[in-house]
Amino acid sequence: MIATPAQIEQGTSHDEKNYLNVSSGFASWAFTLDHKRIGIMYLVGIAVSLLLGGIFALLVRLHLWYPAGGMFDAKTYNEIFTLHGAIMVFLFIIPSVPASLGNFFLPIMLGAKDVAFPRMNLASFYLWVIGAIFFVSAMLISGLDTGWTFYTPYSVETSTAPVVCATMGVFILGFSSIFTGLNFVVTVNTMRPPGMTWFRMPLFLWSLYATGIIQLLATPVLGITVLLLGLEATLHIGIFDPKYNGDPVLFQHFFWFYSHPAVYIMILPAMGVVSELLPVYCRKHIFGYKFIALSSVAIALLGFLVWGHHMFVSSQSALTAVIFSGLTFSVAIPSGIKVFNWLATMYKGNLYLTTGMCYVLSFLFLFTIGGLTGLHLGSLATDVALHDTYFVVAHFHYVMMGGSLIAFIAALFHWWPKMFGKMYNETWGRISALLVFVGFNLTFFPQFLLGSLGMPRRYASYEGREGFPVSETMLQQFTALHRVSTTGAMILGVGLFIAAGTLIAALYYGRRAPRNPWGGATLEWTCQSPPIHHNFHETPTVGDPYIYANLEWDPDLEGYKPLPPASPTPAHEQEPVG
Amino acid sequence: MIGSQLFSDSMHLPTLPLAGFWFGDSATATAENVDKVFGIITWICIAFFVLVVGMMIVFIVKYRARPGHVEQPSPSHNNALEIIWSVIPILLVALIFFLGFNGFMDMRTPPADSYDIQVIASKWNFTFQYPNGASSPVLHVPPDRPVRLVQQSADVIHSLFIPAFRIKQDCVPGRYTYQWFTAHTPGEYDLFCAEYCGLDHSNMNSYVKVHESEAAFQEALAELSKPPVWGPDWGEKLWREKGCKTCHSNDGSAIVGGGPTWKDLWDKEETMADGSKVTVDHDYILESIRKPQAKIVGGYQGVNMTAYPESLVKPAEVDAIIAYIQYLSDAYDGPTKEEAEAAAAAAEEGGEATDGGGSEAAADDQPAADEASESSESTDEEPAAPEAGEEE
Ligand SMILES: [Cu+2]
Ligand SMILES: [Cu+2]
Repeated sequence: MIATPAQIEQGTSHDEKNYLNVSSGFASWAFTLDHKRIGIMYLVGIAVSLLLGGIFALLVRLHLWYPAGGMFDAKTYNEIFTLHGAIMVFLFIIPSVPASLGNFFLPIMLGAKDVAFPRMNLASFYLWVIGAIFFVSAMLISGLDTGWTFYTPYSVETSTAPVVCATMGVFILGFSSIFTGLNFVVTVNTMRPPGMTWFRMPLFLWSLYATGIIQLLATPVLGITVLLLGLEATLHIGIFDPKYNGDPVLFQHFFWFYSHPAVYIMILPAMGVVSELLPVYCRKHIFGYKFIALSSVAIALLGFLVWGHHMFVSSQSALTAVIFSGLTFSVAIPSGIKVFNWLATMYKGNLYLTTGMCYVLSFLFLFTIGGLTGLHLGSLATDVALHDTYFVVAHFHYVMMGGSLIAFIAALFHWWPKMFGKMYNETWGRISALLVFVGFNLTFFPQFLLGSLGMPRRYASYEGREGFPVSETMLQQFTALHRVSTTGAMILGVGLFIAAGTLIAALYYGRRAPRNPWGGATLEWTCQSPPIHHNFHETPTVGDPYIYANLEWDPDLEGYKPLPPASPTPAHEQEPVG
Repeated sequence: MIGSQLFSDSMHLPTLPLAGFWFGDSATATAENVDKVFGIITWICIAFFVLVVGMMIVFIVKYRARPGHVEQPSPSHNNALEIIWSVIPILLVALIFFLGFNGFMDMRTPPADSYDIQVIASKWNFTFQYPNGASSPVLHVPPDRPVRLVQQSADVIHSLFIPAFRIKQDCVPGRYTYQWFTAHTPGEYDLFCAEYCGLDHSNMNSYVKVHESEAAFQEALAELSKPPVWGPDWGEKLWREKGCKTCHSNDGSAIVGGGPTWKDLWDKEETMADGSKVTVDHDYILESIRKPQAKIVGGYQGVNMTAYPESLVKPAEVDAIIAYIQYLSDAYDGPTKEEAEAAAAAAEEGGEATDGGGSEAAADDQPAADEASESSESTDEEPAAPEAGEEE
């Protein structure tokens, strides 16, 4: 996509003020309208959430070392797994890639100065902060113990204050998410640069666009749901609680109508990241661009039709269950197509195993397992056995964590030099990738076995109650598998800390990053590292974002630079997608 | 305690070398079918996984960047290829859908001649009620006979899950739900609550006892329909089995998230949340069981005890619980354990127990528990239903 020489401002640009040092002081950040600074603030908030959620995860794992539960009483354990789930879902995964990296790179990839509505963007961040405060304080002060799913009537009859507080938090966070989604959709629709047709857009933008559509259409339903839940808990309006002639299963329909599409809010941006990173590190044009782009949209739309697969044993009718099972399988296809396309992209490439690439490969491995085990859960007969067991826990951790979180880390390593102008230490980065990969599989693979053996979710202990001990065989299997899982979680935790340490150390000790350390052909690699306040001096024109033949490695820069425009690309070699 | 006699019947089925590894015992035909479907899906998954990861590894080895190696040109799209790798998965998932659908419809269609057992889920206990009126916290079932569970919940959503049968169905307040099975292998199998239901969710487990024969099952039912003879003993059993124990200690200790201890509770003056005073007597305990939210002791406002209607705790059982609470406060003044047992033995001997006064007769007959049984006194004179002592 290399463009006019005018944009290629080598040399002098390193001295130019970038978005980080163009102004300073608290107010310059707190009232900034710069999408990059907002993205960085989001990144900090998201990282803190991940740390909190991760600590709770480790506590859960440590507690389950002993069949009786080693650390907490049941009440505390219930609060801890609720905190873990709720923080990870609402404060971490949903905003992770879009709000931080999406905010930072979406306008730059479009060659634009900012998103369409910069003030709304800032408002979205503040809503996130307010929502997070509501959410976390509600849970820490008075102990929310409903699980992140808030199932009625339990959530209506357990102590009201934390439920109302937390659902208020979710309501506010929802608006934050809607604002981000709206901004992205409008920006992509109206601000593409000359030459960037829909099918020349980087795939990351396609995925953010599809995500934005889901955020816009699904999140209001979440708002309605939690509002009704709050009203039921306080005023007993009689919608979800059978005591007041409500229907508890109705809540599940409401809840999953949002929360299934939310799964795609979490995974689509991750898929976008992989589609972006893989071709760069393989030095190959992405394979099947149109299929990948359109499959994002297909996933976004089909994702709205499958929520009932969370409710096969909830007492919904057999016919409903059958229809939802069928629709669920339809959404498996576009995801499968993407995996094959990514593999084909690697074919005959030149694979650079940078840290970013290591995490991408890890994603492919883990996401494949996560996706395939979805087949066991989409299939009705097997889901009846596996529903609400650790099999489900393992499945969605493979997708959410092995997918979204791993892609998020890959993206951080990939774009860190651009965001902060510093290179990280590749050795430590790779060590972290290896530890995370090994730790992840040790943590979650045993959980598939636990679930098949019958270990239910959300159990504070697994030895049974007095007079009704769990059978000896089961107890032994459960204990052994839980211990492997806990050991894995510790390794995973160490890996993640090393990843974080590597990135943070780069800020202080990293060597200065060139414009284009990896040889990417999307627009962000043509602007300075870190970018100037307005990103570009003039609006660039663009071509195909996945042609790398026009870039060459320059040992002096320790980065890639464009070949002089005179050298033509052999037409047969890398055909642009049209 | 729960013996797992057979490792897995399903292991003998040709399609499932995996099931023995993945799953535990299987004790129903449904379970074997689920295992079969699971095995087929898992093999499809393994095939795809090997394909994807295998290709990935080959590509990493073959195309890794190294001196002298550069990328080679290849087309960046190929419609034929993309259509092939879309259509093959479509066919496979259609097959999986069909297998899952087929198995599910069997699981949802109980045979017409099923034996119905009522299930009442409450925090944090399952109560199983049998057609003869007996009830038990353990699910007793006959072998080789379709059993349908007719499920209700007294409070929040629970889910009855029997791993060895591969079945699960939520118990939803305000409606009935059903599931069924035919257990072919006698034994004891774990049973769990699978839907998170609050504080003691993880202790809401029990087991299924599949009896050796129909006769053994009927015998167990007959045994179950006999209430225990002595009030405080019966009360303690109920305390243990109805879930009281989770929230109310019997030794004066406080339970986090629970209610007041039963130790020395009888006759105690409690201060309610609204400041009024209530003395713990028969009526107060009855009300606290039937309508727990009516009067709440100060400091326990956040606790939401489940209401136990007569379907869950029968009037005689309330009597037994009261007897137990009295006993824990040294205020129990019913017949002694020996008296009650002697009376019960006498009643048994007579063949049937009918109502009547004269419980003193039993008491008078005392020291001779064995004597009573030998002399086979007529029941008309020796009614001594166990409740007799507790009725004030
Ligand atoms: Cu879903
Ligand atoms: Cu339960």
